[in-house]
Amino acid sequence: MNIDWNFIMTSLPLYEKAAYITLKLAFAGIVLSLVIGLVCSVILYFKVKVIDTVVQAYIELSRNTPLLVQIFFLYFGLPKLGLKMSESTCAIIGLAFLGGSYMAEAFRSGIEAVSKTQIESGTSIGLSKIQVVRYVIIPQAFSVSMPSLSANCIFLLKETSILGAISIIDVTNLTKDLIGMYYRTFESLALLVVVYLIMILPFSFILSWLERKVRYAEFGN
Amino acid sequence: MQNSEINVIFQIKNLQRLFEGLFVTVEIAFISIIIGSILGIIIGLSRTTKSKVVLFINRVYLEAFRIIPTLVWLFIFYFGVTTALNINLSGEVVSIIVFSLWGASEMGDIVRGALESLPKHQIESGKALGLNYIKLYWYVLIPQAIRRMIPGTINLATRMIKTTSLVVLIGVIDVVKIGQQIIESSRFEFPTASFWIYGLIFFLYFIICYPLSKISKNLEKKWND
Amino acid sequence: MSKNNNPVLLEIQDIHKKFEDKEILKGIDLSLHTGEVLVILGPSGCGKSTLLRCLNGLEKIQGGDIKFKDTSYTEKNTNWQEIHEKIGMVFQNYELFPHMTVIENILLGPLKVQKRDKAEALAQAEELLEKVGLLDRKDSFPRQLSGGQKQRIAIVRALCMNPEIMLFDEVTASLDPEMVREVLEVILGLAKQGMTMVIVTHEMGFAEAVADRIIFMDNGEICEESKPNEFFTNPKTERAKHFLNIFQY
Repeated sequence: MNIDWNFIMTSLPLYEKAAYITLKLAFAGIVLSLVIGLVCSVILYFKVKVIDTVVQAYIELSRNTPLLVQIFFLYFGLPKLGLKMSESTCAIIGLAFLGGSYMAEAFRSGIEAVSKTQIESGTSIGLSKIQVVRYVIIPQAFSVSMPSLSANCIFLLKETSILGAISIIDVTNLTKDLIGMYYRTFESLALLVVVYLIMILPFSFILSWLERKVRYAEFGN
Repeated sequence: MQNSEINVIFQIKNLQRLFEGLFVTVEIAFISIIIGSILGIIIGLSRTTKSKVVLFINRVYLEAFRIIPTLVWLFIFYFGVTTALNINLSGEVVSIIVFSLWGASEMGDIVRGALESLPKHQIESGKALGLNYIKLYWYVLIPQAIRRMIPGTINLATRMIKTTSLVVLIGVIDVVKIGQQIIESSRFEFPTASFWIYGLIFFLYFIICYPLSKISKNLEKKWND
Repeated sequence: MSKNNNPVLLEIQDIHKKFEDKEILKGIDLSLHTGEVLVILGPSGCGKSTLLRCLNGLEKIQGGDIKFKDTSYTEKNTNWQEIHEKIGMVFQNYELFPHMTVIENILLGPLKVQKRDKAEALAQAEELLEKVGLLDRKDSFPRQLSGGQKQRIAIVRALCMNPEIMLFDEVTASLDPEMVREVLEVILGLAKQGMTMVIVTHEMGFAEAVADRIIFMDNGEICEESKPNEFFTNPKTERAKHFLNIFQY
């Protein structure tokens, strides 16, 4: 089998650019979904009337529908109501919308894992409810939810592969275009796999390292 | 007035076609889950082996599906394998192959997890009661293992159904594709169709997946007590 | 030396408490005077821990009233933060915050709740740590400490809030026998310094040594109330006698 190295060399800059777009959108989506997830889980914890039902509905709706359909709705559907957004904005909103509910679930199980007596201990030294959440619950919840949170991060990064459906030139869409234009199927797909390995493996290692660093709550009392 | 355009989703013809597309979606997921489960059980059992080679191959297989996005696998088979082997595979067949392999890898993990979580003393007390190996597996271990696998399996099924939405990108006429066709053909009569149609498809997925995830949660709760 | 002439810090009047349908406290009356050490004894399930937890508001009462100085616990806008500051509690399972070092655990309350000056709070924390012999562990994490060390730190953490009353809920029940003594000695030291305390414990020898008054509870009520030497040598009620027999071999 002859490998067209020339093709690979000339395609590298394209892949670099596409990878940059992929990572940029993924990170924006990840950061937003972490914020959304944290806010949602705190709202659920405090059982804020009415808003907590809205949050629960949001979580169920976004977890039980595919990202592709959500993004099509944002990109093709909403403009009919006069709300037109760029592809990048739709992508980030879509990722954050879906990711937010996944992160909320992860935080929720972390919060539930903090024992009642830890909370009482905080109350007994005079901490207000908000202070208990901030100083006692969240650090420990974070530690427990870290594995789920990092799995969600990798998941969101992988989900960027579908963004080609709304014309974003991420690495997957680039590959599809290159195959269509140059028919170098093997080289293109091989490059694609390698690029994903380069993007995901280091990220995964960093997350594992973070997981280990915040394992303090496991040893607890 | 765009509110009357909601009628686009109530046209019988459209609904009919959408449900046909939904059937394609669910069918692909269903077949893949069955094939994937069978393969997965074999893989799961093989993971309890001591052979380093088998474990290594298994590990690579699992990681391959964990790192490479499903859509990329679809492309690899749809464009890559077909070119390499010089055959023509339809989008449906490629989808079933990819999803079955994905399902098998995750099922393998679920099976292994279920087997490993069984308390070891069950085996001992079974032996003490005089059960031979086969009876032990059939009456004691397998029912319990199956119990522990069900929440994970339902969760996998739900994710698979959602992911089948991707097959539209390799040309399969699934519910999303049909939605797009309806929107296209309704361009003049219902200009805002995309809002309603995608909204409807959103809810169609929801009414399939939400009950499944509720069932899984309830089963998990019931069996954890 | 009776401390009954000292001002009343905590007044407990006919309190009732229910858990679901079961009545746990069936009308408890008690007065706590400044500088007094009360030890509450009783069989499991008699409600002694529940009573203790009512004293700092962790459990709410459904009948009667508790008054700390002039503040009632049953008013609509009771200042619970003030009550938590003035009444410190030490738990059976230490409940130190695992994600903070010893010194961070101790300073959390003084800095974030009482908003004290950091240098001043740190000085007090270190002084208290020195007194319990654990100053060298101030930067350790709870998981690096033994049970007895953690419990002593828990006591220091509560003391650093400058409480007027200290509550101890079976604080040695989770400890290995050889660590029980180091914790009890800290509490004895506090008693000598005049700290007002309510202690729930199973350690009879300790109870006799530290208490000004023994409160014996059974089945949600106070059965007997007497001075320690009277209680242990000559219990008045049948139930008390039965209870003490459990500890004799």
